[in-house]
Amino acid sequence: MSGIPHDHYEPRSNIEKWLHSRLPVIGLLYGTLMIPTPKNLNWWWIWGIVLAFCLALQIVTGIVLAMHYTPHVDTAFASIEHIMRNVNSGHMIRYLHMNGASLFFFAVYIHIFRGLYYGSYKPPREITWIIGMLIYLLMMGTAFMGYVLPWGQMSFWGATVITGLFGAIPFIGEYIQTWLLGGPAVDNATLNRFFSLHYLLPFVIAALVILHIWAFHTTGNNNPTGVEVRRESKAEADRDTVPFWPYFVIKDLFALAVILVVFFAIVGFMPNYLGHPDNYIEANPLVTPAHIVPEWYFLPFYAILRAFTSDVWVVMLANWITGGIINAKFFGVLAMFGAIVVMALAPWLDTSMVRSGRYRPMFKWWFWLLVADFVVLTWCGAQPAEPPYSTISLIGSTYWFFYFLIILPLLGVIEKPEPRPSTVEEDFDHHYSKSETPAE
Amino acid sequence: MSNIENIEGTRRDFIYYATAGAGAVATGAAVWPLVNQMNPSADVQALSSVRVDVSGVDPGTQLTVKWLGKPVFIRHRTGAEIHKAKEQEPDDLSSLPDPLARNANLGDGKALATDENRVMPSPEGEGAGAWIVQVGVCSHLGCVPLGTSGDFGGWFCPCHGSHYDLSGRIRKGPAPENLIVPVAQWVDNTTIKLG
Repeated sequence: MSGIPHDHYEPRSNIEKWLHSRLPVIGLLYGTLMIPTPKNLNWWWIWGIVLAFCLALQIVTGIVLAMHYTPHVDTAFASIEHIMRNVNSGHMIRYLHMNGASLFFFAVYIHIFRGLYYGSYKPPREITWIIGMLIYLLMMGTAFMGYVLPWGQMSFWGATVITGLFGAIPFIGEYIQTWLLGGPAVDNATLNRFFSLHYLLPFVIAALVILHIWAFHTTGNNNPTGVEVRRESKAEADRDTVPFWPYFVIKDLFALAVILVVFFAIVGFMPNYLGHPDNYIEANPLVTPAHIVPEWYFLPFYAILRAFTSDVWVVMLANWITGGIINAKFFGVLAMFGAIVVMALAPWLDTSMVRSGRYRPMFKWWFWLLVADFVVLTWCGAQPAEPPYSTISLIGSTYWFFYFLIILPLLGVIEKPEPRPSTVEEDFDHHYSKSETPAE
Repeated sequence: MSNIENIEGTRRDFIYYATAGAGAVATGAAVWPLVNQMNPSADVQALSSVRVDVSGVDPGTQLTVKWLGKPVFIRHRTGAEIHKAKEQEPDDLSSLPDPLARNANLGDGKALATDENRVMPSPEGEGAGAWIVQVGVCSHLGCVPLGTSGDFGGWFCPCHGSHYDLSGRIRKGPAPENLIVPVAQWVDNTTIKLG
């Protein structure tokens, strides 16, 4: 499977030989687990395992919750309370599922920013990056629909606002919105189909995760230097890599254990900290909560959505050029989806020949500003849409696009990169002096 | 596949395109029900028209009913409110954030947002402008505005601070449009049919 030379599976016992000649599934697992992995991977590379764990956690707890939940407007809210009060361990399973979504997004954001810093999106890993972005989009869709299921006030009004975004599409928006909702407003038809899709999409995500892993197993992992593993011969490759099993499995599981300590502390002691209290009020189509806030992991993009109001000159320009087809509402929708599209296009927008940000003195500053920008936008998304937050949101949104559309293409031309190690081994030996390296 | 010598096409070409065409049509026919099933079902569509008894709605009060999953405000305005609504109207309607009536009962979408163009025709024995019927959904992000509040005494949306006047016109705040006036008519003197 991998382009890096390595040992292949050899069936030994008769039963292994019998199976291998009919279905080489053990060989596939062997090749996946024994993949040569750059030995200088740092702690930022542990989030993939955390994400795999999250997907498994969400699927397992979700299947169990679906055994007790009823997707009907009359009983959905009550069935959640039934899970919380009557079902054995139901409250624990639900809190795991709720907070599991938060851990999932926390991990995916670190995983994405890891990729952005170390240039993991650059050739030859564009496909891995694009699949990752698709997974992220599906995660957002799944999480949004899952949040509607308890049929609380935030569920209902969040669904109204977000499906309203599709209504902003010129000409056909209203039809698309009605088609998505199955009626003129969020109602039973909406709840039913959201439940169906919320159950389906995680399995689509699982399939894409397999493709994601397949893609980076074909190109080999990136690493903190961005220097490719030598692959002229197996002897050379062996000096740059160690097999994933057992070395990285143990390292990743240790990191996962540390993260789960924090996770279970939250699930056990403050399970509703990340949620909104209004979602414990049953949905009421006639009363709007005073302040509609999405879940925290949507806040940066919610801030971008709201930033472009009709008094911003780019919005006025777009409105004038298109003869009013692109109004402020539609512009906000375009900006929100555009923010993810420009990120997905990073492999083609970044012109630098140097992969890792570690050796890019100017890039580092802009990158950390992007991280800060992301945090500021998250904060703005939770604030009311009024000055000064609207102004800060606008500046933050502008920088997001500025980074991907201007900084990334420009830096490759004007930046003078620092010298890089010639091999992964050199970087490793520099970090862990020769004497400490365990004998091979 | 095609024969260059024979520009009129061969029998094989015809079979190829006919098969591909039939396959495309069959695929489309199979997919369409799967897409269309998500559109409003018959029972949802059946609710598109409701009759509301408004005999108990005294002047100065408002009835909120659910229609098509959305709240509808049926307000019985007092003489003072009608007077104030006329006073609030600017001489130049184009100075309003939304100068259009947004009244589904007026066939012409270009009708201007005068108070007359937004109210219901009154039943027999009542002064003009006594009844105003509107969909209670803020044109900003879909929240439900509160009645008898805001800077103009009409409706106020607490979500992002949009103020509507006594004719339901947006006057202040982020909402782009006036409250929508739905299709509504009197069945008899005390019953309004929505839709």
